[in-house]
Amino acid sequence: MSVKMGLLALLADGPQYGYQLRAEFEGRTGSTWPLNVGQVYTTLARLERDHLVEPAGSEEGRVLYRITDAGQDEVAAWFLTPVIRTQPARDELAIKLAFAVTVSGVDVGAVIQRQRTATMAALQDYTRLKRQDHDLAWTLVLDAMVFQTEAEIRWLDHCEARLRRAATERRVVATPAEDTADKETSR
Amino acid sequence: MTTILKLDAVSRVHGEGATEVTALNAVTFTASAGELVAVMGPSGSGKSTLLTLAGGLDSPSSGTVLVEGADLATLGNQGRARLRRTAIGYVFQDFNLIPALTAAENVSLPLELDGVGVAKARAAALVALGQVGIPDLADRFPDEMSGGQQQRVAIARAVVGDRRLILADEPTGALDTETGEDILRLLRLRCDEGAAGVLVTHEPRHAAWADRVVFLRDGVVVDESGGTSVDALLDADRV
Repeated sequence: MSVKMGLLALLADGPQYGYQLRAEFEGRTGSTWPLNVGQVYTTLARLERDHLVEPAGSEEGRVLYRITDAGQDEVAAWFLTPVIRTQPARDELAIKLAFAVTVSGVDVGAVIQRQRTATMAALQDYTRLKRQDHDLAWTLVLDAMVFQTEAEIRWLDHCEARLRRAATERRVVATPAEDTADKETSR
Repeated sequence: MTTILKLDAVSRVHGEGATEVTALNAVTFTASAGELVAVMGPSGSGKSTLLTLAGGLDSPSSGTVLVEGADLATLGNQGRARLRRTAIGYVFQDFNLIPALTAAENVSLPLELDGVGVAKARAAALVALGQVGIPDLADRFPDEMSGGQQQRVAIARAVVGDRRLILADEPTGALDTETGEDILRLLRLRCDEGAAGVLVTHEPRHAAWADRVVFLRDGVVVDESGGTSVDALLDADRV
């Protein structure tokens, strides 16, 4: 969906060749999602089939594509339609932690810390990229990566805090007599 | 890289007997010239204790703290105070500027306290204010500046003269996202130019500006990120 709409949005600015579209798509997103040329041409073929783009001449065997009125409407509608987040993509990390806390013998603390270190290293990489000068479009894509990665670290912190609290509560429930004795000696 | 700060097996215990709390437990930590190190951890993990020990504001129960090779314990109170005026710069969350002094006076104060003449100290302060991008605000008072501008003054004060160790305790805590990022860029720049920096923060996004991120839990270093590349970590995970 994002490739199709991305190419269509690029064509809304004026006719372009397939190879130009690929370069523009990658340029604006910092090559975060690389496209292969085949993907670009299959997508253009589908857009043409749906009457959203049309050929506008050719040069040295390359076809120039131009957006149709229907295509313009489609792009305008895309920008104004929110991206739906209610159907989350399968998240391997969330699944892994759900199993780590329920399967016996797993050191959940180590799972969390190891992941946090790896995610922090990724966040450092994105931040290093941010320190270089980039155009606005790529900066915004980078910021999206930064905020998503940060959210994962915050979630891991949250998981750790929840686990610690649960462990403390279990200890209090398991040893009520010892707990009282402790309080008495400290008095 | 020259090691500027070294904590060697440092512990800090508060209270005794039943109320004894170990804030830091045999922590070894270094920060080298040109390096920014972030320290992360939940409240009570010992990260602020580490910073106050590094800055000579508190003394360890055991272990040694070395700043540019000098053992803080053997320096005595006066020696430590001198080191804080000349070699160590502190940046706080709430800026800690003196309200009755202008930006330039706030920045030049540590130099004057160290015996540098007023004119020379002011000249150095103006250079430092230029380095943090606010040369025009030298004669403003703190209450005539925004939070971001005040924090820039605080950073100028932390680097004025020839200070090689910058200790920052949640320096972006009171600032909005954009302004906070400007401050981190500045800290980063000072380190790229040769200072050693230690940044205590609970914000992952801010810690990510550092070369290394050290994770503290219950007074112990549990992990460190940055020494190894992401790919290496991912490969290790697959093995």
